[in-house]
Amino acid sequence: MSQTTVTPNRSPVFSSSRLPRWAPAVIAVASLALSIGISLVAGWESKVQWGLIAALLFVIGSYAVTARIEGRRQAKDRVATSLVWVCFLLAVVPLLSLAWTTISNGAQVVDGYFLSHSMNGVLNSDPGGGVYHALLGTIEQVLIATVIAAPIGLLTAVYLVEYGKGKLARAVTFFVDVMTGIPSIVAGLFVLSFWILILGFSFSGFAGAMALAILMMPVVVRSTEEMLKLVPNELREASLALGVPKWKTITKIVIPTAIGGITTGVMLAVARITGETAPVLLLVFGSKIINGNPFEGAQSSLPLYVYQEYGIGTEQSIDRAWGAALTLIAFVMILNLVARGIARWKAPKTGR
Amino acid sequence: MAKRIDVSGLTAYYSTFKAIEDISMTVEPRSVTAFIGPSGCGKSTFLRTLNRMHEVTPGGRVEGKVMLDDENLYGSGVDPVTVRREVGMVFQRPNPFPTMSIFDNVAAGLRLNGSYKKSELNDVVEKSLRGANLWDEVKDRLNRPGSGLSGGQQQRLCIARAIAVEPKVLLMDEPCSALDPISTLAIEDLIGELKEHFTIVIVTHNMQQAARVSDRTAFFNLAAVGQPGKLIEIDDTERIFSNPSVQATEDYISGRFG
Ligand SMILES: Nc1ncnc2c1ncn2[C@@H]1O[C@H](COP(=O)(O)OP(=O)(O)OP(=O)(O)O)[C@@H](O)[C@H]1O
Ligand SMILES: [Mg+2]
Repeated sequence: MSQTTVTPNRSPVFSSSRLPRWAPAVIAVASLALSIGISLVAGWESKVQWGLIAALLFVIGSYAVTARIEGRRQAKDRVATSLVWVCFLLAVVPLLSLAWTTISNGAQVVDGYFLSHSMNGVLNSDPGGGVYHALLGTIEQVLIATVIAAPIGLLTAVYLVEYGKGKLARAVTFFVDVMTGIPSIVAGLFVLSFWILILGFSFSGFAGAMALAILMMPVVVRSTEEMLKLVPNELREASLALGVPKWKTITKIVIPTAIGGITTGVMLAVARITGETAPVLLLVFGSKIINGNPFEGAQSSLPLYVYQEYGIGTEQSIDRAWGAALTLIAFVMILNLVARGIARWKAPKTGR
Repeated sequence: MAKRIDVSGLTAYYSTFKAIEDISMTVEPRSVTAFIGPSGCGKSTFLRTLNRMHEVTPGGRVEGKVMLDDENLYGSGVDPVTVRREVGMVFQRPNPFPTMSIFDNVAAGLRLNGSYKKSELNDVVEKSLRGANLWDEVKDRLNRPGSGLSGGQQQRLCIARAIAVEPKVLLMDEPCSALDPISTLAIEDLIGELKEHFTIVIVTHNMQQAARVSDRTAFFNLAAVGQPGKLIEIDDTERIFSNPSVQATEDYISGRFG
């Protein structure tokens, strides 16, 4: 052959064969089906196991199929994407399942009566009763803890960011770090031994609130510190250059600029201590009746109520435990929404 | 209203690093003085020593004298806060307070210093915004956030904020370097008007700008990196740009180095 015909066979440079958009979905369904098949043959019962095998098959499958059709680089890209998806699902599934279990078990219990009555005179095996005393206790204890911890935490953070240099600042930072790691039961034991055993006060909501404040303070310091550091130095300088004293610069310029983030941080800390059980168990003691005075006598709180009702173990009390758990989650959720609202409302405005 | 600045033997440090050494100069009231020189030669540092902002930087330290008319800013018992009320400053990047409206930004200095009469506030804000050539652009939206303005408008807002407290001296550190030519022109015109009332010192990297706006020009230089910056010469702007007495100045201005 002297003359070969020239075939217009140049492959395009930029576009290559692509998987259709629905391909990942098909691979996902296929790997799920395969995983169930394998599990049934092997006799594995656990649905968790099915899911994990399906996830693994999905990642391997995406790589294989993509490498075949689109090329290796796209395949790696696809693997990264599917890993992100798998991790997302692994994180979301327990969360959804937790929310679902609580709502489905608790929704039938929570009603106006449940929220407005205490356990006074209700026997363990009786139906009825409510969480009013526990809700009241939680609100009071958390409020007191916040009133103690938020200002101290805020001022500490202001000190660390705006004034602190040298040894003292480093020492404070170190102790805040240590405090962050204090287990809640230790905070409870500390207040127990100091406030109740040594100083001789009795169990009260206030004692619990002090332990909660100890737990809350480092969280407030840390988050406030981060928020204050985000305030550009130029704003401080602009204010100082107008002849505004430093303390006024901090209170009128720096803190207002960061107030949205600070509020969010405080609210997250509040959400964290709202669910604490151990210190409340040690210091507030638990009570079946309404005690509106946090400074005297035993109170209850929502997590403690859940713990105690669940411990009793009758059908009715377990129902009540779920109802209280739902109330607790809803309470924290509402706090978070409020915090977000405040943060958005107070955030520095841009926009023309 | 404007005051004379008389600097003698001024040296400034960052911790142990000597950034500028032995600077002496006089700045006449109601004049514009431009500082030029290569990057890192200490123009900003020197400018910030003139209203005691240098010591806000951790480790910042100053030796020497700065006389404002006949008072030494570094004399014992002088409160830096009151110095800064007399000597205002505009920064390189516009930095309006993000939580405040346009009105509040201009009023911030008076409000935070607590030295104003409520009835006067509106007038002061209007006067300052007019002084900064911004009034017509913002008079319908004084309650909108200041950060919603364009970069050039924000910079003029910062100038309005600075002049609202009626300082005697206005320091400007590259006030136009983040702005487009039109906004730059607006601010240069403004500087020309402001010098009727204030003593103005401006740092700039733009030779034409220095030539356009200033009456006197100071050239700073440093011998080598890590060495302190020094004042090479200060003279009438025309002379500096036509016939400077030091060779290095001519080299720098004609672009042969720096
Ligand atoms: N915060 C600081 N800490 C330590 N050294 C600093 C600090 N700020 C500036 N310096 C040093 O001081 C010297 C002078 O800096 P300065 O900012 O005054 O220069 P400049 O002339 O304004 O430069 P440019 O034209 O780039 O703005 C430089 O060597 C710089 O590295
Ligand atoms: Mg500079």
